[in-house]
Amino acid sequence: MELLMAILIGILFTAAVYLILSRSLIKIVIGTGLLSHGAHLLILTMGGLGGASPPVLAEGVTDFADPLPQALILTAIVISFGVTAFMLVMAYRAYAVHKTDDMNQMKGNDEHD
Amino acid sequence: MINLLLFPIIIPFLFAILLLFFKENVVMQRVLSVIGVTLGLIASFYLLITIKAEGVQVVTLGSWPAPFGISMVSDMLSALLVTTTLLITLFVIIYSFTSIGKERERFFYYPAILFMVTGVNGAFTTGDIFNMFVFFEVLLIASYLLIVLGGEKKQLRESIKYILVNIVSSALFVITVAYLYSVVGTLNMADISVKITEIGQPGIITVIAVLLLIVFGIKGSIFPLYFWLPGSYAAPPIPVLALFGALLTKVGIYAIMRTYTLFFIHDTGFTHEILMVLSILTIIAGCIGALAYFDLKQIIIYNIVIAVGVILFGAAQMNEAGISGAIFYLIHDMLIKGALFLLIGIIIYVTGTSNLRKMGGLMKTHAPLGWFYLIAAFGLAGIPPLSGFVGKLLIAQGAFQAGNVWGSIIILASSLVVLLSVMRIFIYAFWGEPVALPKIERKSYAQLMFPAIVLVVLSILYGIGTEWLIPYMTDATNVLLDPSIYIDAVLGE
Repeated sequence: MELLMAILIGILFTAAVYLILSRSLIKIVIGTGLLSHGAHLLILTMGGLGGASPPVLAEGVTDFADPLPQALILTAIVISFGVTAFMLVMAYRAYAVHKTDDMNQMKGNDEHD
Repeated sequence: MINLLLFPIIIPFLFAILLLFFKENVVMQRVLSVIGVTLGLIASFYLLITIKAEGVQVVTLGSWPAPFGISMVSDMLSALLVTTTLLITLFVIIYSFTSIGKERERFFYYPAILFMVTGVNGAFTTGDIFNMFVFFEVLLIASYLLIVLGGEKKQLRESIKYILVNIVSSALFVITVAYLYSVVGTLNMADISVKITEIGQPGIITVIAVLLLIVFGIKGSIFPLYFWLPGSYAAPPIPVLALFGALLTKVGIYAIMRTYTLFFIHDTGFTHEILMVLSILTIIAGCIGALAYFDLKQIIIYNIVIAVGVILFGAAQMNEAGISGAIFYLIHDMLIKGALFLLIGIIIYVTGTSNLRKMGGLMKTHAPLGWFYLIAAFGLAGIPPLSGFVGKLLIAQGAFQAGNVWGSIIILASSLVVLLSVMRIFIYAFWGEPVALPKIERKSYAQLMFPAIVLVVLSILYGIGTEWLIPYMTDATNVLLDPSIYIDAVLGE
């Protein structure tokens, strides 16, 4: 199961890197989304896939899953959600102002020498 | 007063929320933000005194025992950085009254600054590696707003690159934390240190060390990861640039110093050697940039890169002189970069351009500006008795003790390049034939000068008062050199 997850995470990262390196702004935003998905799944896998045991620590329970990775993922998902929303709005504004979504044309002209 | 160390984080946060309710009332925004930062500053000074008297302060949130709950740890280094952060923010806010413009003030400029300060102070204080990621995000999201606020063409273009770089580095941060957690099974920084000592830093931990160096190196702009910095920092207006230049890269440096003195201390021949070589390359790259441009902003921005290299070179020595030199230089650099950015902001305001070739003869019309700029420039280069001298002296001394002679020679040579780069500004802008200046109000010039002068004076006092500051610096150095002080404070209770 862990191996399968590792391959899946690898595919997500590959796709993310490919999209981030493209020229279209919207593809870049989608790429960052995939990148953070990969990172979140990695946390889940790294904490150990717990199986069927419950994430509790009580009297008499000896076999329990680690609940911490899920708390971490929750935090990370919320953050990446906010950042992606912000980036989408900004990408739209940049498109409206610059009249292009091609990163090659947003290199910036050197007004200083 | 067990919650004392949370005040410098909570107070700016509280006032930032409060400010959201008075969007249109500019006067209210200004007054409340100054009050908020001042209160935070008082709390942080009190914290500084408490730490001096009683040692490292720890709060474990929710009263969970230490390795399980999130710990907030304030040692002398954190407290000094928190205090300096609030000090600089106060003067940048006062400077913004005149320079940032009503439009930006009405669109959440001050709340964004206060949220960013919350994040910066939190990152300096936290004792939990995942919590550090969260505080990094708090300060980054506020900085995204600050860098794009105003929506000018150039700002939009550069902010996209800034945000993209930071999203990628944040994803790397999460990945690194995941790896670290899978190896040591804990997130508490003191506990991680204990666990790494127990397993004796196998190869995988060294890989994690290098990954963390990449993550914090992108934020702290070390070679070759500083590529995004000159372009992005030049886009926002001067007060934002001053805040970014003085605070944001320093958070990355602090994180590198903390992790490389607390976690990864068992294979210094590899990890700290990499850190040292990269810091030397950072200095060289920064020097080339600082001499290459005729643009005021770019020259000082590349000086940030040089300073990052100098500080990390000191930290990489891992001996008393090197580390205390790095701390001295870190605080000095925050103060002097704040002052310099505000001063070049005034030069740009007075001349209406940031191109050195189009200025000249300001000494005849704006003599005080020239003199204070000169003092700040000398301070940056480290001419005694100004503030940069002691830090650089100690760093060079530490490098000689550790046997890195060539490194310290490069550090000392870089001081000359720094001096040359800032003196070029002085020569081009203040000497020569006066050029026609755009009409500006004399009153707003005076209002802009006030915070800049105070920061320059503070940096002079920092240089002259070195003797008086040494006990504080020694405390900060001791915690970094001897992780057991930090660990005992967190886990010992």
